[in-house]
Amino acid sequence: MAKSTSSDVLTLIHSLRSAYAATPTNLKIIDLYVVFAIATAVIQVVYMGIVGSFPFNSFLSGVLSCVGTAVLAVCLRIQVNKENKEFKDLPPERAFADFVLCNLVLHLVIMNFLG
Amino acid sequence: MVAPVEPKPGGTLRNAFGGVLGFFILLLIGVLAFSIRLFSVIKYESVIHEFDPYFNYRVTQFLTKNGIYEFWNWFDDRTWYPLGRVIGGTVYPGLTLTAGTMWWILNSLNIPLSVETVCVFTAPVFSAFAAWATYFLTKEVKGIGSGLTAATLLALVPSYISRSVAGSYDNEAVAIFALIFTFFLYIKTLNTGSLFYATLNALSYFYMVCSWGGYTFIINLIPMHALLCIVTGRYSSRLYIAYAPLVVLGTLLAALVPVVGFNAVMTSEHFASFLVFIIIHVVAFVYFIKGILSPKMFKVAITLVLTVGIAVCIAVIAILVALVASSPTKGWSGRSLSLLDPTYASKYIPIIASVSEHQPPTWPSYFMDINILAFLVPAGIIACFLPLSDASSFVVLYLVTSVYFSGVMVRLMLVLAPAACILSGIALSEAFDVLTRSVKLQLVKLLEGPLSNAGDTKDENSTAQNDVLKADKQVATNNKTEDVKERPSKKNRKKDKENTEKAPVKSHNEKRLLALPLEASAIAIILLVVLGSLYVIHCVWAAAEAYSAPSIVLTSRSHDGLHVFDDFREAYAWLRHNTEADDKVASWWDYGYQTTAMANRTVIVDNNTWNNTHIATVGTAMSSPEKPAWEIFNSLDVKYVLVVFGGLVGYPSDDINKFLWMVRIGGGVFPHIKEPDYLRDGQYRIDAQATPTMLNCLMYKLSYYRFVETDGKGFDRVRRTEIGKKHFKLSHFEEVFTTHHWMVRIYKLKPPKNRMKGKTKKPKPV
Repeated sequence: MAKSTSSDVLTLIHSLRSAYAATPTNLKIIDLYVVFAIATAVIQVVYMGIVGSFPFNSFLSGVLSCVGTAVLAVCLRIQVNKENKEFKDLPPERAFADFVLCNLVLHLVIMNFLG
Repeated sequence: MVAPVEPKPGGTLRNAFGGVLGFFILLLIGVLAFSIRLFSVIKYESVIHEFDPYFNYRVTQFLTKNGIYEFWNWFDDRTWYPLGRVIGGTVYPGLTLTAGTMWWILNSLNIPLSVETVCVFTAPVFSAFAAWATYFLTKEVKGIGSGLTAATLLALVPSYISRSVAGSYDNEAVAIFALIFTFFLYIKTLNTGSLFYATLNALSYFYMVCSWGGYTFIINLIPMHALLCIVTGRYSSRLYIAYAPLVVLGTLLAALVPVVGFNAVMTSEHFASFLVFIIIHVVAFVYFIKGILSPKMFKVAITLVLTVGIAVCIAVIAILVALVASSPTKGWSGRSLSLLDPTYASKYIPIIASVSEHQPPTWPSYFMDINILAFLVPAGIIACFLPLSDASSFVVLYLVTSVYFSGVMVRLMLVLAPAACILSGIALSEAFDVLTRSVKLQLVKLLEGPLSNAGDTKDENSTAQNDVLKADKQVATNNKTEDVKERPSKKNRKKDKENTEKAPVKSHNEKRLLALPLEASAIAIILLVVLGSLYVIHCVWAAAEAYSAPSIVLTSRSHDGLHVFDDFREAYAWLRHNTEADDKVASWWDYGYQTTAMANRTVIVDNNTWNNTHIATVGTAMSSPEKPAWEIFNSLDVKYVLVVFGGLVGYPSDDINKFLWMVRIGGGVFPHIKEPDYLRDGQYRIDAQATPTMLNCLMYKLSYYRFVETDGKGFDRVRRTEIGKKHFKLSHFEEVFTTHHWMVRIYKLKPPKNRMKGKTKKPKPV
């Protein structure tokens, strides 16, 4: 039972890897950006765990800016992905412009809240 | 909506004409919403009503005089006497900033309106905006016809009028507009999947957080709806775009408002949004993996993830539950807890229980406040299910939750009103569609005779549509002749009868256009017009008679004409002109805002009720005999005591009727005040049967001092008895002012005597 599960896991990982390699480059760049943002957020949380949360608003704004830009990048990926039938009429430039606008608003709020 | 017309030149002209007509209808709806709220300005004067609006007015005055930085950092020392109040951090700034901005814009355009005028008319202006927002929201759910109907219903609904009449300068005036607008942008994002609207949605949510504490309704309803969509299998990437940026941006923006601050991440009111945020990410990830894997591999992945994932989830949930359960209120604030458990406030927080707006509503108040909408709403719910879309499921969920909350607190009927209007608008518009279509088709059949009887029903449809253009003129004239006599004729085109609920079901199930008999449809349309006019009559009556009282000026009609009771302003003006600027005035907390705003004197407690002990101190003083009361007031540096008394004229909301709350709140903090001491047979009495504690307490004495001089017997018109103790003197207070109808009485604390009469206490030998 364990052997079949481990071989299943290996085949699973293989198929995941091969399926992912097939995605277009621009989507992979967005995915990399998301991973970077989440990693930054995790680093900040670990730092807060070590040092304490004294200027809580700074901690909140730092973590939420990382999470926020990751979420917005995921939204961009959804809108730009050619396999999504719902968004085939949306020009990718419009999606990117929305992404930039939303990020502007997010970072304006962050700057205000950073303290 | 009417069946789509083929793209003939006549069709586009009709569409253009329809668009222009729709625009003018919307404009008129706005004017209607504005003008129906002006009754109090016409009947009385342009004055601010009630109690809370006076505080908002005072804050707006400060803002316009001193600018926004001073306002943001304002510490008010004229209230809660020794403690003061941090206004910048405890007030919801949306309303004052909105009115301040409007005043500033008008003044820079050289239109010199005073701050008071802007404040009085803010609510009607924003109710017009709210009606337009309802139009946009319902248009996203069902279509333009429903939108216009819903907008008209909202412009008139008495529940909303009661809180947004001209002069009612309170948070709900702008908050309801912000609520509907936020919901509209959420539905728009859900329907289009555009990140631009998601940004606008977050900004509108920010405006709602600035305006009202009821924003927690939005931040719990939208996650509930997202969860509902996920659970019913309607997850789509548009849902992700609508929900996830809102949570992140919304939490940040909510934390920006000083009143909310870190509560945006730490109180239980927001936890639902974070929980669903995590859930939607999990679901999105699952769908993503499903998309790139083959089904067999996907099954393997599922089994693997489930075993690991469930263990992790249980651990996380256990930690969370332990954290939350460790706080006594489980992380919820008192007001929110009293919404979830209606009996909570009466057991633990008497102040919340004592506010009359926080009581549950009675059945008649539903018919008073939303009238015919109460029975149109179920028809609307049915119409929302045919077909069910994300937007219509949201509206149904909004209605169900707001019905529950309106049942807990009568004040929250206001949140029910937009939902009821939307659903009733949908019901009316859908039913009206069927009836007018029936009339059209039946008329066509009548006029064209044997021609349209040939062929199967599909041909009948297309010929009917072709003939519709010819017969349209006749139908249009028919409609016009019916409607021209009715006064608000634009509304009546869209109104419909309620007992044709069967019709929308049938017409949507069968693809054929079902036509009801001509006479039935015509009678139904006429009856619908009558129903609509009954609604309008009721709303106008409610606005004019029931909800336009400014409560600072009272009127009564008697055989010798109209009496005006302006005692409150008389008393505040006396205080303003006859006392020193630094004198402290003590009264029950109801009158605090009005005293600081109109009399401009420092008060001890006011309507904010944030400090229960301070209020209990004043309550204890009012319930104690003269000497202990004098001592309490002297320790608070009080110079004047203000008491409201309605016994001479029959004004029922006076301090003797509120006395039971003074005893309860005071007794809650100071155990020497025991409620049974004041009760005879379980009732508060002030006649000869009253208990000695009651007859000696400060409130009794200050209310009835010299009352017997008015009619010789001391007959209290509110309690309808003669008073118990008639002739007495005050030893520690002196009366300085009583208004014309004895409604407000002001007393001054006598300074302590210089010499003590009688024996002094000998010190005990050591």
